[in-house]
Amino acid sequence: MPQNKISKEIKQLADELELFDDVMDKYEYIIELGRALHVLNEKYKTTTNLVQGCQSQVWLHEYEKEGKLYFEADSDALIVKGLVQILIRIYSAHSSKEILDINTALLEELHLSEIISSGRQNGIASMIQKIYTYARQDNDKK
Amino acid sequence: MNTIIKKDFPFFNNNDIVYLDSAATSQKPQIVLDKMQEYYTQYCANTHRGEHELGDKATTEFENSRDYIAKFIGANTDELVFTKGTTEAINFVASSFVKSRFTKVFLSELEHHSNIVPWQLQGLEIVVLPLDKDLNINLEEYEKLLRLNPKSFVSITHVSNSFGIINPIKKLINIAHKYECLILIDGAQALAHLRIDVKDLDADFYAVSAHKAYGPTGIGALYGKYALLESMSPYQGGGSMITEVSFKKSSYLKPPLRFEAGTQAIAEVIGFKAALKYLFTLKQTQKEEDILLKYAKEKLQGLSRIQLYTQAENVLGNISFNIKGVHHNDIGILLSKQSIMLRTGHHCAMPIMKKLGIKGTIRLSFALYNTKEDINKTIQAIQKAIHLLTKNKGDKSASK
Repeated sequence: MPQNKISKEIKQLADELELFDDVMDKYEYIIELGRALHVLNEKYKTTTNLVQGCQSQVWLHEYEKEGKLYFEADSDALIVKGLVQILIRIYSAHSSKEILDINTALLEELHLSEIISSGRQNGIASMIQKIYTYARQDNDKK
Repeated sequence: MNTIIKKDFPFFNNNDIVYLDSAATSQKPQIVLDKMQEYYTQYCANTHRGEHELGDKATTEFENSRDYIAKFIGANTDELVFTKGTTEAINFVASSFVKSRFTKVFLSELEHHSNIVPWQLQGLEIVVLPLDKDLNINLEEYEKLLRLNPKSFVSITHVSNSFGIINPIKKLINIAHKYECLILIDGAQALAHLRIDVKDLDADFYAVSAHKAYGPTGIGALYGKYALLESMSPYQGGGSMITEVSFKKSSYLKPPLRFEAGTQAIAEVIGFKAALKYLFTLKQTQKEEDILLKYAKEKLQGLSRIQLYTQAENVLGNISFNIKGVHHNDIGILLSKQSIMLRTGHHCAMPIMKKLGIKGTIRLSFALYNTKEDINKTIQAIQKAIHLLTKNKGDKSASK
C-alpha cells in the first residue's frame, strides 16, 4: 500500500484518539474538532452535497484549487461535525490521485463508526464514499 | 419496589445499564425465556399437524396461549389472529379487508409509520385528523370529518409512541360507529401499560406486539370482531390454513387459523402468554410507573433550555423533549457512552415531527423495572452532555 501524507495523517489521528483513557474526554475532543470546523457557506448546503444515510444532516462540499481537492462540511449535530472534521483533516488539500491511492481500510484504525451510533445505514461510510466519489470525478476529468 | 422487579430480568444482572428505551422494545423477564426454552427442550414439535403426542402437547400449549392472550385483552379466543407484530397486523387488515371495501383511511397526525405506510401500499387515500396544541385529537374536527364521510375506515393509535399521549379511544370508537365507520386501534404502546378490553371499547380491530410488553420479538396479534374476520380473505396461503386443496381450487379454514399460513412462531406465542401472565402479576405496580413518569417530567423541567412538546396530563409510557440549541443525536450519543440507553430521532413518526418543525426528539420510555435512581442517573448524564456540547471554548487549536 503506498505511503503518502494521507496515511501519515491517519496514523497521527489514530494516535491522538487513542490517548484518551476516559471516553467522555475523547468525545470532548471530537466536539472541539466539530466546533472548529470552518463555516460552510449556506449556498453549499444543497441536496447534491447532502450525505445520504446520516441520522443528522451532513453537507460535504468540494472544490479544486491548483490540482488539489479541498473539502468543507457542516452538520446540524456537533459530534458528527467533529467526525467530518477528522475526515477533512485527512483528505483535504490532496490531489485526487493521492486520495484514490489510499485504501479506505486504513481508516479502520480510527474506529470512527464506533463514535456515532450506527442507524440502519452507516453514515461514516457514506461520508467516506462521498469523498472518494468526488475524487474519482475529479480524476476522470484529467 | 421496582428494584425487586429488576431482579426478574436477567438483562440487568450483569451490567449497570439504565434502559429507557422500552417503547422500542422491553427487556424480557426470566420466566418468558424459561417458557420458550421449555418448549424447545421438552416438547418441540409442529402444531396443528399429525397425530403424535408431542405435536398434541405443542398444539395445546399454543392454543392455550391464544386463549390466555385473547382473554387478557377481553377478546374471544377465535377472534385473535397471530401476526409478527402490530405492523403485520395493520398490513394484514389493509390488504385483506380495507383495500377492497374503502378508498380512504382516516388517521391522526400522531401515527407511527406502521399506521401510515401499510395504507399507502394498498393505494388508499389518507385523510389526516388534526391535533390541538397539546397533541390531542381535536374531537370536534374528528366528528365533523366523519359526519361528512360516513362509512369510512379509521385507524388510530391508542398511545403515541413518540409523545405518550393516550387517545380517548372509547370516545373515538363511539363517534366512528355513530357514522357507521369501522375503526382499528394500534395498541403497540398500550399493551404494557393499560388494561385493554376490546369488547368494552367496542373496537373493530385492535393490534398488539408482544415485545413491547415483556414478550419475545417477532410475535403479535390482531383482534378482529369475528364477523369481520369471517368476511376477510386470507392474507397469505400455505399449510394449516386450508380445509381442502386441489390444483383447481382450495378452501380455507375458519378464522383465526385461516390467517395463519405456515408454521407459526410457536415458542414466541408461548413466550407471549408468559409475558402477559407476568404482567398480570405486576398490574398493581402500574401506578408506580405513572409516578416515575411524573418524577422524570419534573426533573426534566428543571433543566435549562428544556423543550417539552405537550402539557397534556393524559400521558403514559414515554416523554419526548429537546434541549434548545443542541442536536438530539449528540445527546443520544453522549448518553449512550454513559450507559444510558434511550432513543433519539424521529421515532418512526416523521409527520408529527414535521408538524412540530423538528427533526427529532430525545425520548425516555419507561417500563416496570425502571427506578427513580435510573432517572437521577439520566438527568446527571444529560447535564454532563449539555455541558460538553454547550461550553464555549472556541478553541481553534484543535483543528490545526
